[in-house]
Amino acid sequence: MTVDTLRFATAGSVDDGKSTLVGRLLHDSKSVLADQLEAVATASRNRGKDAPDLALLTDGLRAEREQGITIDVAYRYFATPKRRFILADTPGHVQYTRNMVTGASTAELAIILVDARNGVVEQTRRHAAVAGLLRVPQVVLAVNKMDLVGYRQDVFERIVEEFAADAAEFGLPGFTAIPVSALAGDNVVERSAHMGWYTGPALLEFLESVPVGADPADAPVRFPVQYVLRHGDVRHYAGQLVSGSLRVGDRVTVHPSGETTEVAAIDVLGEEVPVAYAPQSVGVRLADQRDVSRGDMVTAGGGAPTLTRDVRAAVCHLADRPLRVGDRVLLKHTTRTVKALVKDLGGALALAVNDLGRITLRTAEPLALDDYAVSRRTGAFILIDPADGATLTAGMVDLG
Amino acid sequence: MSGYTLSHLDALESEAVHIFREVAGEFENPVILFSGGKDSILMLRLALKAFAPAAIPFSLLHVDTGHNFPEVIEYRDRVVARHGLRLHVAPVQDYIDRGVLRERTDGTRNPLQTLPLTEKIQAEKFDAVFGGGRRDEEKARAKERVFSLRDEFSQWDPRRQRPELWNLYNGRHAPGEHVRVFPLSNWTELDVWQYIAREDIELPDIYFAHYREVFGRGGMWLTAGEWGGPRPGETVEKRQVRYRTVGDMSCTGAVDSDADTIEKVISEIAASRLTERGATRADDKLSEAAMEDRKREGYF
Repeated sequence: MTVDTLRFATAGSVDDGKSTLVGRLLHDSKSVLADQLEAVATASRNRGKDAPDLALLTDGLRAEREQGITIDVAYRYFATPKRRFILADTPGHVQYTRNMVTGASTAELAIILVDARNGVVEQTRRHAAVAGLLRVPQVVLAVNKMDLVGYRQDVFERIVEEFAADAAEFGLPGFTAIPVSALAGDNVVERSAHMGWYTGPALLEFLESVPVGADPADAPVRFPVQYVLRHGDVRHYAGQLVSGSLRVGDRVTVHPSGETTEVAAIDVLGEEVPVAYAPQSVGVRLADQRDVSRGDMVTAGGGAPTLTRDVRAAVCHLADRPLRVGDRVLLKHTTRTVKALVKDLGGALALAVNDLGRITLRTAEPLALDDYAVSRRTGAFILIDPADGATLTAGMVDLG
Repeated sequence: MSGYTLSHLDALESEAVHIFREVAGEFENPVILFSGGKDSILMLRLALKAFAPAAIPFSLLHVDTGHNFPEVIEYRDRVVARHGLRLHVAPVQDYIDRGVLRERTDGTRNPLQTLPLTEKIQAEKFDAVFGGGRRDEEKARAKERVFSLRDEFSQWDPRRQRPELWNLYNGRHAPGEHVRVFPLSNWTELDVWQYIAREDIELPDIYFAHYREVFGRGGMWLTAGEWGGPRPGETVEKRQVRYRTVGDMSCTGAVDSDADTIEKVISEIAASRLTERGATRADDKLSEAAMEDRKREGYF
């Protein structure tokens, strides 16, 4: 596992002060460099603002600046002496749910932002639903604009209580609530002098110290074959170890054929090793020269994947065109892309963009699946339109 | 617990290798954009590792502005020979000679690269084009996907980008379209240098402090040369400088520096209060959305 990097996502809108919060995190952690600040100051003046508008640091596209909203996911990179951060800054409005789903898919932590004056609104419930659906391991509820409600404890506590009900409903494992003012800087990087009643960490402190998810190297071996490297007569199967640790001599099963063999050699980018750990990219030689190819899944250890052509999953529909029962699509799962037929949409006839729903698919070939709750990599898939290649839908396998 | 931890450089390396291998698995004719700059040198190193001990299944493409640092061209040719690679060149000068492109009044050729690049991609039928762009470089790049679909004019439409989830990259494209692929998306400038130091990768000399005849323009030190500098009133002086980025000589500035080793370069970057593009690229200072506009038109 990688201990020194935290990937996290923020969800909220400009109205909630999300871009200001992100700008504040970057600015106060001294991750914004002089020329970027200068550019923001100039742009702010051009828009008739006296103080630099920190939202302009993250809203990178012309349309975003013109409309004053975040449309697309922006990735930001910053570091403190304690940890490195990759931030997926995602828009909050319900019509951009697909962008939040995208940002959350690789996040180990999600910050859900609410305006203390408005409390939990429809959009907040949507964010909680997405974080639950995508199984983001850690959730922070940042109650922003505390300065505008007189830094009152009862306001904060009422919002936390309300959100707790949603968190339970959407299956969040738990959450950490922090009262902040992004504009004034309270509890973002420095603890606030205005909220003596709050004894928890400031947001950045929490981000620096929160334990990152379970070590994928402790899980059963999942090795999707990406590419076959031929060197002389020898075939190396190249791929990234999604989970588990793989040793020379391990008995392995190749799916979907179900044949078993032994690991003859492992190399990490040209260097032979006795053992490899997720998420290393490796090359594997098998004892027998079998016909293994891209899309096959090599597994070892307890807990075999489920081999099936009937896929049930939770989905978020991402494309503007609807997904209908009876549609023929392509399904990409790890390194395998197969034809699939939409059999059922949880009783609905179609899913529209940003809809969260359920799906049953029948695939042309069997897939080696894990439950998404167990593995966010081998339990995830996307649907693709075979006509123009558009990414249609994100799927999270439910073997239940 | 397995008791094993991957350093952040190992994690970035593994992710980039995964991206290279996905492209090898899903495309027919990929090519790596290779300028001789540090990011493209890093890409090549990662590609070599991704397919070791076999040869890399890609060729290289250099969009040649004609305003090259001689040290960089010499480096390029040496690397190509050493690894037995195939190099394609798309020369901007040819387009100017044929009258297809006109020299700009500011003498900068960076924006002129888009057409030769696009036509080369079409002529050679490249279906995947690796670029060394990083999301930390610039705010429009922060919104870029790892796999970025381009139409037959190489155009990028930021509002029609495909959602990209987990590490499930979608490389489907129609004939004539291609996919720009950015394996270094999640690397920062500091990561690049730390990795170069760790792997002991050789770079062109101009990345390290040296004495050079330069003149000041727009807050940067530019190298005197046939491309159009210095103008009357701009005086040439000898200074100790190094380059943080390597591009067209006419718009890539050097910075004052005494960092003559990789360790000194790393300390210098860690302490820098300017981004590498802000410090050294005149073309990004043109407007708030200069990079977005060039990307829409097919720039890399």
